[in-house]
Amino acid sequence: MNNTPSRMHVPKLKRRALVALAGAAAAAPALAQFRVEVTGVGLTQLPIAVAPFRGDAELQQKIGAIVQADLERSGRFRAIDGSAGAGLDETSRPDLSPWRQKTADSLAVGSATRLADGRFDVRFRLWDVVRGQSLMAEGFVVVAADLRLAAHRIADMIYEKLTGEKGVFSTRIAYVTKAATRYNLWVADADGENAQSALASSEPIISPAWSANGKQLAYVSFESRKPVVYVHDVATGNRRLIANFRGSNSAPAWAPDGRSLAVTLTRDGGSQIYTIAATGGEARRLTQSGSIDTEPLYTADGRSLYFVSDRGGSPQVYRMPSNGGEPQRVTFTGTYNISPSLSPDGRWLAYISRISGAFKLQVMELATGNVQSVTDTTADESPSFAPNGRLIIYATRQGGAEALMTTTLDGKIKARLPGRGGDIREPDWGPFQR
Amino acid sequence: MKQRLFLALALAAVLAGCASGVKLDDVPVDDRAGTGAAVPGGGPGAGGQSQVQPVQADSAAANRAGPANVARIVFFDYDSYVIKPEFQSLIDAHARFLKANNGRRIVIEGHTDERGGREYNLALGQRRSEAVRRALGLLGVTDAQVEAVSFGKEKPAAPGSDETAWAQNRRAEISYR
Repeated sequence: MNNTPSRMHVPKLKRRALVALAGAAAAAPALAQFRVEVTGVGLTQLPIAVAPFRGDAELQQKIGAIVQADLERSGRFRAIDGSAGAGLDETSRPDLSPWRQKTADSLAVGSATRLADGRFDVRFRLWDVVRGQSLMAEGFVVVAADLRLAAHRIADMIYEKLTGEKGVFSTRIAYVTKAATRYNLWVADADGENAQSALASSEPIISPAWSANGKQLAYVSFESRKPVVYVHDVATGNRRLIANFRGSNSAPAWAPDGRSLAVTLTRDGGSQIYTIAATGGEARRLTQSGSIDTEPLYTADGRSLYFVSDRGGSPQVYRMPSNGGEPQRVTFTGTYNISPSLSPDGRWLAYISRISGAFKLQVMELATGNVQSVTDTTADESPSFAPNGRLIIYATRQGGAEALMTTTLDGKIKARLPGRGGDIREPDWGPFQR
Repeated sequence: MKQRLFLALALAAVLAGCASGVKLDDVPVDDRAGTGAAVPGGGPGAGGQSQVQPVQADSAAANRAGPANVARIVFFDYDSYVIKPEFQSLIDAHARFLKANNGRRIVIEGHTDERGGREYNLALGQRRSEAVRRALGLLGVTDAQVEAVSFGKEKPAAPGSDETAWAQNRRAEISYR
């Protein structure tokens, strides 16, 4: 038994995180709040207790609570009440037997300490309750604005330690809200918190799409009374109109190398798919049909494109070489299959299917063609995979209001991000942050 | 001649603009920096890695005068982009106006009801606006005068989730610019 805490390893977040700016955190609107709603029971959930972090009482962002909610929402963990661990931190040598009695396999403890310069030193330790061993101990120094990020990184480390897979809690999502006649494009933490407006407009915004490096969003804006495609650097607010051709411009999808995008243009008559440089310029046509071809989506290797076409008489998902070529049909069940999203490993295709008049999120295992319906709602839209492929975020309607949900691929664990005073839609899950 | 006509139109629009708030300028096509209020002391990255710089988009110009006493909306059946016979006289009237005023431009805005995906509805709305564009073209209106675009299901004319509302939302609107 090794109950002796090992020496703390304290890596720093990136250097620019060290510059304090008190105003930024206060100015960030707290638009929405995730509630974890476990609607099913996963078979192999790891029981974990997360104690309140020492210092949480003085913080608006309760580190322990954020870590626990992250782990729970992933569907891989079952939360054991950690409140009895108040007072513990990463330097403690806790008596683990009460935690064993609560059937916790793991216990996370930690602290957040304000430094003289206003930054915070955030540390944690993860205990293996069964073996009585310290599994890991880490820490960060962050500005107040990045306290949530620190909590998400801790959740990521715990997730990876215990599941062997990368966590997605420190990634970001984009989504759109509509309140009265105001539209906002938001960038938020993966739990929906810490939402910051990237774009406000009096006209609709749809189809946000993260670039592979997580720094830029492409989207469709109607601010010029027609749909045009912008590429927008979220940190600086600089943006560039990359597709403003005659007719409609929509459905941006980044190539994995970030140098070009696929878009849907109607400049030659119907909706067809083109490719265009991320800096703008001429568009090259990829599809040649008299039908609707839209909603392009690159595979991770950039060599293929999934898209939606009604060339067979009803909208279905197709796949073709990314520089053009003969498409192959991918969906065969039903007469309305749209909005494809691909898991990063290429194993799963999520899409929306119209079934008896209801619009339902479907998950297909591409190797077998097996399809599973994973929701009990009827107006699902816009699925997007988490970068580790374990969760899907999507828009739907619940209780008459628009809502964003996350679900595990088997549909058993869902979490809801309710809109506050408006509609909420068009989610896109960003990549892993470096 | 063209230039003078443009100036006359521009002047008219400016005068009209005094009351209606109509803007002449198109949205700029090149880079636009954020116009959102800067956070005091905030440079790039100053707020940590979570920082997002907000941008405010301004809405562009709206409708201008077309032919008097002529309706501007064509309604469609569910899942259809066929122009029904009762709208032919409306199409004829706009065609006559556009041919008599060949310096005038219109944008035809296609719309759908709320059912289904946003991007796919955008493509369906485009089919409706293209149908109206083709109908005008058959009557001799030049392509240069007409742009067909779509709003999909983003700008419903009527709220609600019943057939009455949906029927009002499946439409193509003719907008004079």
